[in-house]
Amino acid sequence: MTTGDDRAEDVASVDPFATDPSNPRSWKRAFRDIGLGWRQRALWGYLGWQDIKQRYRRSVLGPLWISISMGVIATAMGILYGALFHEDIKVFLPYVATGLLIWNFINGCILEGSEVFIANEGLIKFLPAPITLHVYRLVWRQTLFFLHNLVIWLLLVIIFPQPLSWTVLLAVPAFLVLGINGAWITVLSGILATRFRDIPPIIASVTQLLFFMTPIVWSYERLKSNPLAAYVELNPVMHFVEILREPLLGQEIVWRHWIVVGAITVVGSAVALVCLRNYRSRVAYWV
Amino acid sequence: MVSIDLDRAAVDFPIFDAKTRSLKKAVLGRAGGRIGTESKVPIIEALRDITISLRKGERVALVGHNGAGKTTLLRLMSGIYEPTRGRASIKGKVAPVFDLAVGMDPEISGLENILIRGLFLGMTRKQMDARVDDIAEFTELGDYLQMPLRTYSTGMRVRLALGVVTSIDPEILLLDEGIGAVDAEFMAKARNRLNELVARSGILVFASHSDEFLAELCDTAIWMEHGTVKEHGPLREVLAHYKGRDVLAEIEAR
Repeated sequence: MTTGDDRAEDVASVDPFATDPSNPRSWKRAFRDIGLGWRQRALWGYLGWQDIKQRYRRSVLGPLWISISMGVIATAMGILYGALFHEDIKVFLPYVATGLLIWNFINGCILEGSEVFIANEGLIKFLPAPITLHVYRLVWRQTLFFLHNLVIWLLLVIIFPQPLSWTVLLAVPAFLVLGINGAWITVLSGILATRFRDIPPIIASVTQLLFFMTPIVWSYERLKSNPLAAYVELNPVMHFVEILREPLLGQEIVWRHWIVVGAITVVGSAVALVCLRNYRSRVAYWV
Repeated sequence: MVSIDLDRAAVDFPIFDAKTRSLKKAVLGRAGGRIGTESKVPIIEALRDITISLRKGERVALVGHNGAGKTTLLRLMSGIYEPTRGRASIKGKVAPVFDLAVGMDPEISGLENILIRGLFLGMTRKQMDARVDDIAEFTELGDYLQMPLRTYSTGMRVRLALGVVTSIDPEILLLDEGIGAVDAEFMAKARNRLNELVARSGILVFASHSDEFLAELCDTAIWMEHGTVKEHGPLREVLAHYKGRDVLAEIEAR
């Protein structure tokens, strides 16, 4: 039989699949799940690439289709909404495209996040692995999509030069923050949705609504004269889009967005951690 | 130290979509675990009061009717399910071979599947690269390994899965039924390899309805019934009680 906690810890550090007999609802186990998942990055890194290659298997252009379809949608939407709102296409097209590719990342994390464990039912039930493995894989896959889409941004800032400055470097920490938020939202909504299957459709309709409430195909600056526009600030997604779009387009950095995003990151991660601690071991039972 | 210790472990499944009304009475049928109704959500007690201690070198057969809890017990031993009550302490590198289709992507080649399976079982990429030739030789699939897995027959998939599992030196090997789909010649080879593997290290737990296969690989047995351990002892005795006749003697007589 097992003795004290210290010994269980010792075994855990050597053996990725050792389970100690203590209460499954423990912080140690939650953090071990996160740590073990990270250690298996060779696996989820490979699987994330496979997911993308899978989608375009036997197609001639392969993953290049991600960039192409993004480019087509962004151009069409930029021209359409630019004409509707009487915007200058040189400014508005890169604005819409950049907003869209950030939105795509957020949308992917939220939408697929709620299905992450349901979709991996087979793997969860048949192969012992930390559940965060599936979370890492999803965020990594979305990151790869984002990087493919970033080509469109690059093309557009070459065609329509933007006032880029050193602030473009802020895009890196901004994207990291987006990734962390993608991870906690996946953990939280993934676990809840595995237990309550009504959550994925709710999330799907909410994200659709969020798209129109976020300044992506319309400009917040233009509508500022309208007193109702201030309510847009209540939409958390807007702040996430802004922290990444501002540096990518050389716009003035508004630190208010960073503060809001920072607060959401801390609170969200804490809630997701509690959820992971309490319900991590239940996921295999619920899927 | 390789060991499996289960102490009054239980696995309860909540059944969220079952109509509570139709499950008002606790049912105790011939097949399946006990269905409890104390809580709002109906619960299937797939396993209860399981106390088992396995040590290095043990080769355990798992027998019982369909739905007796064999697969669930294997999943409990692999750490996929953490017990809802009681304790489970598993020490050692676990390699489960349950459903051969799971964790295998039909669209990618056999080689890539070998890599993914190995990574799932806790190997590094380097370790798997070093083993690929050995697995290719053992499975006798040769150039076929370059083909997508969807072109493989069931038997070929079994070969692949067994090849990976037996090449990585697991300390605890958990085999579920359904690996009988390979031809006799390969089976002999797999038996040798499994025998070697078990002799070399660790614990084998093998759920199967094939008495011959069990006799070949195991020396003790656990008889599961209604989610509990009905009997745990030497293979010959347990199998004889389970089948109602001395099966091992029949096999030896052949």
